[in-house]
Amino acid sequence: MLINSNFQPKREKNDRLPPGQYETRDFPVLSLGPTPDVKKESWNLRVFGLVESEKTWNWEDFNKLPKIDWQKDIHCVTKWSKFDTRWSGVMLDEIMNPPAGGVKVSDTATHLIAYSHDGYTTNLPIEDIRDGKAMIAVSYDGAEIEAEHGGPVRLLVPHLYFWKSAKWLKALEFVTGDKPGFWETRGYHNYGDPWQEERYSFD
Amino acid sequence: MSENKNWQIATLVKSELASVNVKKLVFKINPSTVLGASKAGQHYDIKLTAPNGYVAERSYSVASPPEQTDEIEFGVQLFENGEVSPYLWQMKPATAGKSGDQVEIRGPIGGHFTWCHTMPGPLVLIGGGSGVVPLISMIRHWQKNLDDRKVILLASFRSLEHVLYRAELEKLESENQNFKFTKVLTNHEARIDSEKLKNVLGEVLAKMPMIYICGPTKFVEAMSNYLVTLGTNPHLIKTERFG
Repeated sequence: MLINSNFQPKREKNDRLPPGQYETRDFPVLSLGPTPDVKKESWNLRVFGLVESEKTWNWEDFNKLPKIDWQKDIHCVTKWSKFDTRWSGVMLDEIMNPPAGGVKVSDTATHLIAYSHDGYTTNLPIEDIRDGKAMIAVSYDGAEIEAEHGGPVRLLVPHLYFWKSAKWLKALEFVTGDKPGFWETRGYHNYGDPWQEERYSFD
Repeated sequence: MSENKNWQIATLVKSELASVNVKKLVFKINPSTVLGASKAGQHYDIKLTAPNGYVAERSYSVASPPEQTDEIEFGVQLFENGEVSPYLWQMKPATAGKSGDQVEIRGPIGGHFTWCHTMPGPLVLIGGGSGVVPLISMIRHWQKNLDDRKVILLASFRSLEHVLYRAELEKLESENQNFKFTKVLTNHEARIDSEKLKNVLGEVLAKMPMIYICGPTKFVEAMSNYLVTLGTNPHLIKTERFG
């Protein structure tokens, strides 16, 4: 390891930050292309794949599902982290819970693939979206989610790097076997645990 | 924590201004420990470790072309209150009697905001400030594989002294009629708008160009929205936003 002897840090070491991250108070934007214009009036969420019967919610019906407020730290692979971001939305547990109005997911499903309006996709092991680990967010910091941050509806999986939290969410597919998504096939890590610094495919 | 994660030591061999607030830093690297094939438009991570063990990492875009494998050039903007860029700016390059200062780097990284001369169509590059750096790598890659496609660089800077790689770009424009460089200086002219894009890009827009936009978020949002409104297929537009 190289020591940069005259490097004088301007920040303190912070155990709340995963390795290689720094704290920002801003909310930077990372997207692969132009921000799509998704109107909530015409927005749908389709949930399909290994489910008993697929289901599509429009904005009004989706907002009848039970929602919670969630305050989490988020970590972007480009090195910024933002503490205590406040979201509200529907937990994936509800989407997978028929009595709550969700779908019945087959026991054979191992992964969830999220699809965005701009053609983006990302993959998640099913255990990473269960038990209070993932939300479909409809609000950020008490207001509607801005388009550049993925509004009207985005996925939120804060324990993984933020690219897993797909913006402009339009569909969720339950599958057997992994299906690496947009960044996962373009040099980024397949799983993306910030605490293990799983940034790139060579990590 | 991040030991043995493919970091390699890079030695500074050249440090000079690319503009008043961006420095060209050229590092000697060992090409055999680079992680995969290089493409124009990528970045590397640079890591600094303080004597007390504190670590800071940042990503920096590459300005050199992928053909250049033993030395790699970054364009580093100085943020006075930043943590990493002031350190990189004060690093001393190798001189006759003394080897250069060192940092740890790893890369190249990124498989989306990249351009290769085997891709079809004209090349449209739109940059804001230091967002021009990865576009320089694309221009240099094109120069190494010259063909008769049109390449347009439209870039926005605060003032003339903020124009990056100005001499190199103006020389290329004077020597190659397929290359067009339009700079917009926001201290005395209007910011780039839809009309400006239409005028500068002209008929190239109708010829399925590959379009790369890099700069601050507001700039990239504005440029990509104008282009989509002008009828450009969003899938032809690749973006990279700075925070």
